Amino acid sequence: MTSKPILQVIDGDSAGYFTLVGWFALFVLAGLGAAWYMEHNGHFVTGMSNQIVWGTPHVFAVFLIVAASGALNVASMASVFNKSAYKPLAPLSALLALALLAGGLAVLVLDLGRPDRLIVAMTTYNFKSIFAWNIYLYTGFFFIVGVYLWLMMERRMVRYSKPAGLFAFIWRLALTTGTGSIFGFLVARQAYDAAIMAPLFIVMSFSFGLAIFLLVLMASYHWTGRPLGDYVLRRLGKLLGVFAAAVLYFTTVQHLTNLYASEHHGVEGFILAGGSVYTALFWVGQVIIGGIIPLAILFHPVTAGSRSWIGLASALVIIGGLAQVYVIIIGGQAFPLLLFPGMEESSSFFDGQVATYAPSLPEVMLGVSGVALALILVAVAIKILPFLPQTLDDASIDPHFKAEPAEADASDEEEEDAAGVGETAEATPGT
Amino acid sequence: MNRLTDATRRKLLKGAAALSTLALAPGVMLVRPAVARETGKPATSNVRWGLLIDTAKCDAGCDTCVTACRTENGWTGHDRPQTDPQWIRKVTVTDKRSGAALSLPVMCQHCAEPPCVDVCPTGASMKRADGIVLVDKHICIGCRYCMMACPFKARSFVHEDVTDQKPHAPRGKGTVESCTFCVHRVDDGRMPACVEACTEKAGRGAMIFGDLNDPNSDIAKAVSKHVTTRIRADLGLDQGVMYRGF
Amino acid sequence: MKHGRIIGFLLVLLGLLLAAPMPVLAGDVPLPHPVKAVKGSQCVEPVDTMRREHMNFLKHQRDDTLRGGIRGAKHSLRQCIDCHAIPDPKGASKDRTVGPFCTSCHEYAAVSIDCFQCHTAKAEDGGKQSSRWRHKAGGENLLSELRTHLQGSTKEARP
Ligand code: HEC
Ligand code: HEC
Ligand code: HEC
Repeated sequence: MTSKPILQVIDGDSAGYFTLVGWFALFVLAGLGAAWYMEHNGHFVTGMSNQIVWGTPHVFAVFLIVAASGALNVASMASVFNKSAYKPLAPLSALLALALLAGGLAVLVLDLGRPDRLIVAMTTYNFKSIFAWNIYLYTGFFFIVGVYLWLMMERRMVRYSKPAGLFAFIWRLALTTGTGSIFGFLVARQAYDAAIMAPLFIVMSFSFGLAIFLLVLMASYHWTGRPLGDYVLRRLGKLLGVFAAAVLYFTTVQHLTNLYASEHHGVEGFILAGGSVYTALFWVGQVIIGGIIPLAILFHPVTAGSRSWIGLASALVIIGGLAQVYVIIIGGQAFPLLLFPGMEESSSFFDGQVATYAPSLPEVMLGVSGVALALILVAVAIKILPFLPQTLDDASIDPHFKAEPAEADASDEEEEDAAGVGETAEATPGT
Repeated sequence: MNRLTDATRRKLLKGAAALSTLALAPGVMLVRPAVARETGKPATSNVRWGLLIDTAKCDAGCDTCVTACRTENGWTGHDRPQTDPQWIRKVTVTDKRSGAALSLPVMCQHCAEPPCVDVCPTGASMKRADGIVLVDKHICIGCRYCMMACPFKARSFVHEDVTDQKPHAPRGKGTVESCTFCVHRVDDGRMPACVEACTEKAGRGAMIFGDLNDPNSDIAKAVSKHVTTRIRADLGLDQGVMYRGF
Repeated sequence: MKHGRIIGFLLVLLGLLLAAPMPVLAGDVPLPHPVKAVKGSQCVEPVDTMRREHMNFLKHQRDDTLRGGIRGAKHSLRQCIDCHAIPDPKGASKDRTVGPFCTSCHEYAAVSIDCFQCHTAKAEDGGKQSSRWRHKAGGENLLSELRTHLQGSTKEARP
């Protein structure tokens, strides 16, 4: 029996570590440069216009913000739903959530027309605006998850981590509802005006967040050479499959309800069968690459147990997620506003015309820099503070480990509510 | 100190206005929507500014209102149609089946329930007491959520540096802008530039501007006589801009 | 121990997020001597008050005018420009601009204002119609007021 905490900082002194951090830093700098270029010249240097007012930066920002709340899943399952196997992973999950949110918000802010007025956004509020609520939801998320993280990692406080986890869980549901409602409340736009946007965004967050978590987990264990057992990965993989299926289901409902109202036939036809880039992104990107293939991988008996396949499925879910957000944000704007339903419209201001949009390099650089910022925060944080469990081999994680990994779904109940990460370590057989 | 009494101010103001009209534009009598609000007095909700557009008098070949607005407010572009601002535009509406068409100007519709105001995170999108919807560019952060929310595509984002602005119409990169009903003119007791031009330059008189709350105003009389409609009336936004003939 | 590290980490995170460009303190900029106003014998408030409070006057005025619709008020930016704009010292342009007046102090105080990204810094000379300008000493009559207005463009700035 050893009292050594199971969480341990990574060494982070290898050439590989510095190369990795260096690359992330480079992307962050490139993004800052892109933002400066866009602000200095004005947004006409981007693909955005008066037709497509939100472009690629918003795709990345919304994706990251949505994924942030989903990345908290693992922690929620440990604290709120008492899945003991996930307890050692909870701090990493919370850290990733914070980092992704920071990345997404940075992109959102740097794309503003007047980022220099950020202070105005923080001090002047219109309480009827969902955007303004979101500012509270985001700041609150940082605070609550930050406190939650501290409670989890501070041994003396660990018993308070459960209520904090519950609170964080509720808060993140509110946060994703808020993000979805940014679109759901836009009555004027045919593509958005739907209450289903909020629940759709919640399942999207589950799926994208978990996919990113899986990749970060695998990469960090691989590169630090720490043992990572199949047990955790398989369970998380299965869960990812469920979430990916849920996203497909909600997407189906979204389009079916829209198809039911004939006033929305125009935009539905445009996205689903219009032959535009959005149609391709929807079917190939979102449905096939981001939905069907990962589902096949995650539920097929041969691939479901393999970590490289699970990694591939996670990557595909992320690609499909980006495609989905792209279709929602940009495809939704590309379809013209109907000022006179049933009539044909034309003007010098592109009324009645499908808007054209091509992402410009600065926009993409800015968007990618948000991802890089999130990852660099994680990479640096796990070096400074002990977020990563020393080992996640099956013996230390699987409560039913008996040399041969058993089918482990049967009972996950965890009696010791108060048991924190440290205690789990002590209770683990074989330590 | 240099404080004028209110009375002196008002006298000066009226005199100056009359004088400049006489001196600078002889022969032109401007139609006045109402008297100028007294100096130092805020806009009130006793007034609701409205605009009625008679599409029967509007012609597809005429864009006098657009030109007048552009000159008045100085929103000249850079020959980049995708990003150049348009505060007002002529839209041609065609019936798909019959081919019948009409042309009408579309600008900010000055809703009583403006979605742009609801969504604006900072309160930069705002409705004045007299119903004029404006962007307070001093606190606009350029997020463009109002442009997402506007059902009429009435707003533009300033995509590049602006120089040589008109003194009464400050504009700048990175903020959102739209038709102001020529608030600087209206406060001064004058007509919006488009309305004035439609009557005086184009000789069409397709636009009537005035106070909807004043039963004796031209617009209130016209609205009570003819059936009028609003764009996307289904959204229930109660716009100040109304149309006849579609 | 851990406690401290975590707090430290959160602080660093916060710092990273909030890190704003720090204004560089002005080095050896000469003390400001704002150019004299081109028009008027007095400012809209006592000079002392103006020096200290002009930003607050302007901020209030901008809300009163834009949001409230109050026009022709004392602290209007357009009127500051009307009195304080000076002809280009290098003579490159005939227009009077307010830039030199405002920047003379702001450079010293390391203040930067964005007002003139949107507001034109030029005075409205050259007979452009503007029915609302007034703001001269109380006793003068309307005609002399208009005359001064029209002459404004040709007047030299006082040294
Ligand atoms: C009627 C013309 C007039 C108007 C309008 C006016 N000023 Fe002045 N201002 C003056 C005069 C005259 C002085 C005294 C110093 C001088 O002669 O330059 C002065 C002085 C000042 C000073 C102090 C300069 C110093 O030498 O320290 C400031 C600051 C100032 N004004 C700002 C403003 C601002 C801001 C506005 C608009 C709200 C404004 N003024 C409007 C005429 C005017
Ligand atoms: C993004 C553009 C923008 C910027 C930057 C801006 N303004 Fe304005 N300002 C406007 C607009 C638009 C109006 C409304 C004009 C009108 O209705 O007559 C206005 C009106 C005003 C008014 C009331 C009208 C007048 O002339 O008195 C004041 C005062 C004012 N601004 C002060 C400022 C000050 C001070 C700054 C700098 C700190 C500033 N503004 C920066 C756009 C801007
Ligand atoms: C007598 C010197 C002086 C003159 C002339 C002057 N200013 Fe200032 N101004 C200052 C100082 C000093 C500050 C900073 C005050 C502070 O930070 O508390 C300032 C601040 C401001 C601010 C607030 C800036 C901010 O970021 O908070 C505005 C707006 C402003 N000035 C507008 C003007 C305008 C417009 C003019 C020209 C019409 C002008 N000022 C002329 C000295 C001056």
